[in-house]
Amino acid sequence: MLTYTIRRLMFAIPTLIFISLIIFLLLELAPGDPMAEVPLTVPPEVKQKMREALGLGQPLHIRYFKWLIQFFVSEPLHILSNMTGFNLAGDAARLISWQSRSPIADIIAERIPQTLWVVGMSYVVGVLMALPLGIISAYKQYSWFDQLGTFIAMVGYSVPTFFTGVFLIVIFSVELEWFPSIYDTTLRVVDWDTFVLQFKQMVMPVFVLALYNAAQISRFMRASMLDNLNQDYVRTARAKGLKEQTVVLIHVLRNSMIPVVTVIALGVPTIFGGAIITEQVFKVNGLGQMLITAIYANDLPMVQTLTFIFAILIVLFNLIADILYGILDPRIRYE
Amino acid sequence: MNETVAKNEISSSQWQDVWDQFKTHRGALIGSIVFVIIVFGVIVGPFLWTIDATYIDIRARNSGPSLAHPLGTDQLGRDMLARMIAGGKVSISVGFTAMFLSLVLGTFIGVLAGQFKKLDGPLMRFTDLFLALPLLPLLLVMVMLFRETLSMRFGPETGTFILIVTAIGVTSWMNTARIVRADVLALKELEFVTAARSIGTKPSNIISRHILPNVLSPIMVSATLGIANAIITESALSFLGLGFPPDFPTWGRLLFDAVDYLQQYPERVFWPGLFISLTVLSVNYLGDGLRDALDPRIRGR
Repeated sequence: MLTYTIRRLMFAIPTLIFISLIIFLLLELAPGDPMAEVPLTVPPEVKQKMREALGLGQPLHIRYFKWLIQFFVSEPLHILSNMTGFNLAGDAARLISWQSRSPIADIIAERIPQTLWVVGMSYVVGVLMALPLGIISAYKQYSWFDQLGTFIAMVGYSVPTFFTGVFLIVIFSVELEWFPSIYDTTLRVVDWDTFVLQFKQMVMPVFVLALYNAAQISRFMRASMLDNLNQDYVRTARAKGLKEQTVVLIHVLRNSMIPVVTVIALGVPTIFGGAIITEQVFKVNGLGQMLITAIYANDLPMVQTLTFIFAILIVLFNLIADILYGILDPRIRYE
Repeated sequence: MNETVAKNEISSSQWQDVWDQFKTHRGALIGSIVFVIIVFGVIVGPFLWTIDATYIDIRARNSGPSLAHPLGTDQLGRDMLARMIAGGKVSISVGFTAMFLSLVLGTFIGVLAGQFKKLDGPLMRFTDLFLALPLLPLLLVMVMLFRETLSMRFGPETGTFILIVTAIGVTSWMNTARIVRADVLALKELEFVTAARSIGTKPSNIISRHILPNVLSPIMVSATLGIANAIITESALSFLGLGFPPDFPTWGRLLFDAVDYLQQYPERVFWPGLFISLTVLSVNYLGDGLRDALDPRIRGR
C-alpha cells in the first residue's frame, strides 16, 4: 500500500508541472493586452518600459521559470512571514495582480472564505443527500421511492444551475421575499440575528449547488449499486444466511463505493465550475467571480494563479481518490 | 434510437428483448417521445412557422402572447417562437456533435488503457492531466482566444459552432474514459475473456467482440450525460456572455438576454430555461431506459 501511494505521489509532481506549463502557455496566447487601457497619448517607448516593468519583456521560458519560483518559493515564504511575523522571504518580488496592483495571495485570502462556505457546504450537503438516495433507489428499483428519487435527481441534473438560481430568485426573493437575492459578504456573525441572516442568504446558493451535485452523485451511486446487486457474490452472501442489512450495506455498498469515490473526488473541479456560475447568479464575491473578472480584465497573473490553484486542488483530490481506490479495491493495489 | 430498435425487431430477437424491456420503463418511453417531438419540432418548425428569427419589428417590441406571436416578442420585436425554434436547432446540434466527439475519444482511450497494460499508465496520466485542468475557466479562455480567428475563417455561425463543439468535446471525454477503463479492467479478468485469450483470439477481436459489447451500457449512460453536459455547457458559456454571437439565437443565449428583463417579463427566462431542462431531462430518461434495456442481467428478470 505504501509503495502504491508513493508511486501515485511520484506521478502527481510531473502532472502538476505539465499543467502549469499548459496554463502558462495558453494564457500567453491570450489576445488581451494589459496596456490596452493606457491612453493613446502615452508614447510607445514609455509603453515598452511599462511592459518591462510588468515583466513582459523577457523570453518565454525565463518568465515561466520565474513564475514557478515565485509561485512555489517566494509566495509561500511571504504567506508564512505574514502569519508568523518574521521576515522569511526578504524582499523577493510578489505575484501582483494587474488589476489592483496588490499581492494576489492577499486578494485570494480575502475571497476564499465565501467560496469555501458556499461551495464547500453545498458539496457536503449534496453528498449527504446523494448517498442514501442512491442506495435506497437501487435497492428498491422501480419502487415509488426510486421513481421519485430518480425523478428529483434527473430534474436536479437536467436543470442548469443558472436557471434554478434565477428561478429561485424570482420565487423566493421577488415574489415571497423570504431570502435575499444578493449574498452580503460584509455580514459578520456575532449573535443569533446575524446568524439567521447568514443562514438565509446561504440557503439559495447552497441549495442550487447541492441539488446539482447530489443529482450527479446519486445517479452514479444508483448505477453502481445496481451493477453489484446482481453479482454472484451477493447471492452467495445471501445464501450463507447473512442479514440483508449486512449484504447490502457491507458487501454491496463497499464494492459500489469504488467508482462513486472516484466520482466524488472528480466532482471537485465541477464544484468550482458550478461555483463560477452560481457566484455570478447570486453575486457572491468568491474565487469563481474573481476569476471571471480577471479573465475579462486580462489580468494574466491572477488567471494563472487561480487556475493553477484549482489544478493543484484537483490533482490532490485525484490522489486522494486513487489512494481510497487502493484501500477499497485490493485488485488495483497489486497491479 | 427508436428507429434502429424497431428495424432490428424482425431480424433479431435480442433487439426484441431490448425493446420489450425499454417499453416497461415509463420514464424512458415518455422521455424518448418528448425528445423526438422536440427534435422534430426544431427540424420541421421553420417550415411551419415561417417568421424569420432575426427579423426586427421594433413597433411590436415587448408584446405579450398573441395570435401573431404565440410566445410574444423580445425587446427588439423579434418573434420569440421563431427564436426558440432556431435556438433549439443550434443547441441540439451542439449537444449531439459534442457528445459524439467526446464519446469516441473517451471510449477509444478508455478501452486502450484498460486493455493494454503498457498504455494504461501514460493514458491515465494523460486523462488525469485533462481532469486536473480547470475546465470552465479553460473553456472561457478558449472561446476568447479562438472565436475571432474561427469566425473570420468560417463565418460567425459555423466558426463559433466548430469552436464550441470542439471545446466541449475535447474537455468532456475524461469521465467516459475512466468509467470505460474501470469496466474493461474488471471485465478482462472474467473467465470468458480469459477463455477467448487462451484460444488465441487477437486483442483487436477481444476488444470488438467481447469487451465493447459489455461496456456498451456505461457508454450509453455516458452518452446521455454527454448530450446533457454539452447542452448545459453551451448555455453556461452563453450565460457568461461567451457563447454564440448576440444576433444568433441559442437557448442559452435567449436565457442570457432574458435575465436583464427578469422583473418585467419573467416568461422570457421561463421558455428557454424550460426547453433546456426538458430536452436534457428527456435525454437522461432515454439513457436510463436504455441502460436497463441493454443490461441482460436486468432484462432476464
